[in-house]
Amino acid sequence: MTVRDDLPGRLIAVEGLDGSGKSTQIHLLHQWLLGLGCRVFFSEWNSSVLVKGATRKGKKRQLLTPTTFSLLHATDFADRYERQILPMLKAGTIVLCDRYMFTSFARDGVRGCEAGWLRRLYGFAVVPHITFYFRLPLPVALGRILAGRPSLKYFEAGMDLGLAADVTESFRIFQGRIMEHYDAMADEFAFTVVDATRTIHQQQELVRSVVADRLDLARFVRRGGQ
Amino acid sequence: MPPPGVDPAALGGVLIVIEGPDSVGRSTHIRLLTEWLEHAGWAVAEVGLKRSPLVGPELDRAQQGNTLSPRTMSLFYASDFYDQLENRIVPALRAGYVVLADRYIFTLMARDLVRGADPAWLDSLYSMALVPDAVYCLTVSTRVLARRALAAHAGLDYWESGMDLGLSRDWYTSFVLYQRRLRQEFRRLQARYGFEMVNANRGIATIQHDLRARIQSVLAAQP
Repeated sequence: MTVRDDLPGRLIAVEGLDGSGKSTQIHLLHQWLLGLGCRVFFSEWNSSVLVKGATRKGKKRQLLTPTTFSLLHATDFADRYERQILPMLKAGTIVLCDRYMFTSFARDGVRGCEAGWLRRLYGFAVVPHITFYFRLPLPVALGRILAGRPSLKYFEAGMDLGLAADVTESFRIFQGRIMEHYDAMADEFAFTVVDATRTIHQQQELVRSVVADRLDLARFVRRGGQ
Repeated sequence: MPPPGVDPAALGGVLIVIEGPDSVGRSTHIRLLTEWLEHAGWAVAEVGLKRSPLVGPELDRAQQGNTLSPRTMSLFYASDFYDQLENRIVPALRAGYVVLADRYIFTLMARDLVRGADPAWLDSLYSMALVPDAVYCLTVSTRVLARRALAAHAGLDYWESGMDLGLSRDWYTSFVLYQRRLRQEFRRLQARYGFEMVNANRGIATIQHDLRARIQSVLAAQP
C-alpha cells in the first residue's frame, strides 16, 4: 500500500463524515477538470453492480457481521479497482474517488475489525496522490444529516453495534467514533484537511488550487480526441 | 486472532474439516460420518463452501458470467466463508455440536495460490478462521480423479479444470495440470498447517474406516 508515482495517472479521493459535503466538492472538481479538457474518471464507493446484490440483501436482512460487512465492501472495491481504477491510472487518467479504503478503515475499525487486518486487506491498492478530508465539528455534521434525513437506516446508524437503543443516539455515537478514526488517519496517510464549515465555493477554490499545485494538469489534457 | 466478538476459549464442540478436490468423495464420506456420529450420540452440523445465504447465489452467477478478477473472486469466497463461520460454525460449536466442514480455508487458499495470489495477503485474509480440531485431506491420483469426475458429471467442469488459467486448450490436459498444481499447493499448506493426508485411492469402506478411527481419537480427547 503505497503512493505510486510511477503510474502515469493520478488518484484523488475525498473522505469525511456523512453530511460533510464531500460529494458536492468532488462533483465540482470533476466538472472543472472536464472543462479543462482533462482525461478524468469518477468512481463511487459501494457501486460495483455485481456485489451490490449481496450487500443489499445482507443489509436488508441484517445478516452482516463486522467481518462480512467489511469483506463485501472490499469485494466491491477490488472489482472496481481492478476493472476500472488501476487500468485508468495505467492509461494516464485522473481518477476521482468518492470515498476510498479510508472509509473502510474508519467504519469497520469502529465495528471492531482490527486496524492491521484492514490495512493488509486493502494492501493491493495504491494510496491516493491527494486525499481530501472534509472535516466538520461533530454537532454540525449531525445537525446536517438529522435535519435533512430523519429516517436513518440500520447499518448507517451503526445499530448493529448495540451502542444505543435509540437510532438517533446510536448514529451520534457511531459518527463520533468514525470521526476519531478519520482524525487519527489524517497524519498516517497525509490527508489534506479541508475546513468543511466554510462556504462550498471557498472550499472548492481551495480544492482546485491544491489539485493545480500538486498535479501537472497539462499532462492530462486530451489532444486530438484521445 | 478470531473475528470480533468471538472467544474461541468459550466455544465447545469439535470442528472437523474434510478437504480434497471435487469428485474425491468428500460428500459421501461426510454423509457416512454423520450417520456414524449420530448413531454414537453426537449432534452433527454439516457446513460447506458457497452455502451462505449472503453471497452463495451471487457467487454462482459470477462463476457463470466469468467476469470477475481473481482477487474479486477471492474476496467473494472469503465473504462467504466468514458468513458461514460466524453464522453457522460458531453457533454450532457454542451449542456443543460436532461440525463437519466440507472444505475450509485450505481449498480457498490453494485455488488462489495457483492463480498467483500473494501468500502473505491470503494469510492475513483468513487469519480470523478458527483452528480446526482436525483436518483430513483426501488425495487420489489425478487419473483416478479425472475418471471419477467424468463418471459423476459426464464431462469436466470449467473451474475444476482450471480452464480460466489457460494452461491448455484441451480440457483433459488442463484438468490434469491444474489438479497437479492444486496438489502441490495443498502439500505446502499441509507442511505449514499440519493437516493429515488420507489416501483416497482405496475403497469407500476402507477410507471410511480409516477416517472413523482418526476421528474417534479426536473425540476421545474431548472433556
